Amino acid sequence: MELRYTADEAAFRDELVEWLQNVLPSIDPPPDRHDWQARRAYDCAWQKMLYDAGYAGINWPKEYGGRGATPTEHLIFLEETTKLGAPYVGMNFVGLLHAGPTLIVEATDEQKQRYLPPILQGEEVWCQGFSEPNAGSDLASIQTRAIRDGDDYVVSGQKIWTSFGHAADFCELLVRTDTESPKHRGITWLTCPMDISGITVRPIRTIVGSEEFCEVFFDEVRVPAANRIGPENDGWRVAMVTFSFERGTAFISEQLTAMEQTAELAELAKKITRGSTTAWEDASLRKEIGRLAAHLDALWALTLRNVSQAQRTGVPGPGGSVFKLAFSSAKTKLCDLAAQLEGRAGLEMRGDDDPTGGDFTAQRLYTLSLSIAAGTSQIQRNIIGERILGLPKER
Amino acid sequence: MDFELSEDQVALQEAMRAFGENRCSSETLHELAEAGGPTRQLWQELAEMGVFGLCLPEEQGGAGLGWVEAMVVFEELGRSLVPGPLAATFLAAQHLPEAASGAAVVTMLDAAARPVMVEHPDLADTLAVIDGETVRIVDWSAGGPSQTSESFDDNATSLDPLTPVIRLSEEEFASRLEASSALDGEAEEWRMRGAALVAAQQLGIAAGATASAVTYAQERKQFDKPIGQFQAVKHLCSDMLTSVEVARAAVYFAGALLDDPAFGDTERAVSVARLMASEAANLCGRNCVQIHGGMGYTWEMDAHLYLKRAWVLDMTLAPPEEHADVVAGSLN
Repeated sequence: MELRYTADEAAFRDELVEWLQNVLPSIDPPPDRHDWQARRAYDCAWQKMLYDAGYAGINWPKEYGGRGATPTEHLIFLEETTKLGAPYVGMNFVGLLHAGPTLIVEATDEQKQRYLPPILQGEEVWCQGFSEPNAGSDLASIQTRAIRDGDDYVVSGQKIWTSFGHAADFCELLVRTDTESPKHRGITWLTCPMDISGITVRPIRTIVGSEEFCEVFFDEVRVPAANRIGPENDGWRVAMVTFSFERGTAFISEQLTAMEQTAELAELAKKITRGSTTAWEDASLRKEIGRLAAHLDALWALTLRNVSQAQRTGVPGPGGSVFKLAFSSAKTKLCDLAAQLEGRAGLEMRGDDDPTGGDFTAQRLYTLSLSIAAGTSQIQRNIIGERILGLPKER
Repeated sequence: MDFELSEDQVALQEAMRAFGENRCSSETLHELAEAGGPTRQLWQELAEMGVFGLCLPEEQGGAGLGWVEAMVVFEELGRSLVPGPLAATFLAAQHLPEAASGAAVVTMLDAAARPVMVEHPDLADTLAVIDGETVRIVDWSAGGPSQTSESFDDNATSLDPLTPVIRLSEEEFASRLEASSALDGEAEEWRMRGAALVAAQQLGIAAGATASAVTYAQERKQFDKPIGQFQAVKHLCSDMLTSVEVARAAVYFAGALLDDPAFGDTERAVSVARLMASEAANLCGRNCVQIHGGMGYTWEMDAHLYLKRAWVLDMTLAPPEEHADVVAGSLN
């Protein structure tokens, strides 16, 4: 066990920090979160800057234009970009962290040449078409149908929870190509251009009040068969490859922000007066803040363990489920304490539902999604119970 | 950066686990409970395993290992519910060769804590009293408290059958302290290192209780199914494992900082470990009883032993609540 960073890792950090300190002062503040085209332009401009500096696709192999960084370097990258307030990956999330890595493993050379460079250079934005109204936790039961017709698949159906659906160029799309076989064996993974005829995108207004996700409707959309990734009816396996890229780094930015916010809470408590004392002098409240900080410190240590495990084995452990479960509840506690401290000031929102932003009321609402998105806390508990503890499957 | 155990650390962990399984099986623990606690024989074997001298330099007969190794060893001692004043003897071994060799059993308490409760009064040779900035070393074996303590209640039994206790009167405590020798300026280190050792032990208890509950949930059938197949039970187990993994990360991190203080705020990291391990041990101890159902409420099962030891350790040195304040105070 060695907590210190190696000379190479330290050099990587120094070089990155120097670059960030040079370029960040010239970057504009982020645009209005409701202006999707402006956000797209902003996120893609940042991606282009990363590309030019050699930081694009930090975890992608070098032969496909990535940096080929180790999981620890990826951790350092996320740590420093968060600490120095660099733009977040934003709309390029699906392309860089889901679709791109999947294509690297599963696509043909021709497909790789078509899709990978624009993702790295911030020229094309991707969205995800996996979930459906009737396929949430039970993802394999998707019903969006694709029927082969000549050189095309004709796709009809509906996807939901598609982030950035109205601003994306391509969709990583799971479709049903076989209705006879068991549900896991009739799925195909397609890349679907978002500008072709028959696609309707309808934003969904979330409980925060903003439009973060979309519903996407497919009405006899003709997707070229050349856009199929992997064999027909083998899409479930390809989707599992997509999920396997999680290396314990997905929440690093959010958890560092939560740690900073906990320190802010302490400052806030010292300023809020209650009669002749401050809120901070309330021992039970102070200890609750202390416990919260302890949880977040422990989760940072858990992230270091998960990243170390990914670094050693190349495969992240099922520690991701453990982390997500514990982080959701810590973040909930953070926002509840903030609400307690802010009192009636929390009755208004300053409209910022950015997970790394600073409005506690909006974040308190956003945090409700943490125990739902990317596998609900109930599904995470099933995964932990069955895959880690070896308890019998319910089904 | 590599926050995983090394091969040597894993080998140490395996050796300690085997020791615990052989020497403190469920059957042995129940026998010791009936007999009134751990034996000198067990203490000698722990010393021969190198437990107490683990962090002592080799020239003093120790293993010359670090605090990560101490965390690993105490986690295993907790998992196997090895009884006795383990942390106190380990801490005393830095100063008293007879503690390192296993010849002297050392128990400890905080001078400010009331009532004055001494753990393992019959087994202990030495009482370490953490008093302000000083650790006072009392020759406990010089006078049997059970004969002299007026406040001793013959009808009282200890919470944990493997942690016998005695209550001292103020007069008796004061007279015992008069005859003590002092380790000046050592108290702060004892408090911090003691908290880390207790945290590691509670982590092990949490992990042991989880393993016990999961095994039971796989074997016990109701409605023709193993109860662990039902989500209501499965999710209790998953929450246990989650608390264990979070606590383990915190405990190992504290150990790593005790070895390499330049890497961060050691005091805060130890308090974080203490808090997380206490939460895990309490949750897992309770859930272990719950998952065992009616059997969990019986003396013959091990479930109560995990929970009771978790509670004993919660009351060892500063309670977790105080550590929450330490962490809060470190925020700025």
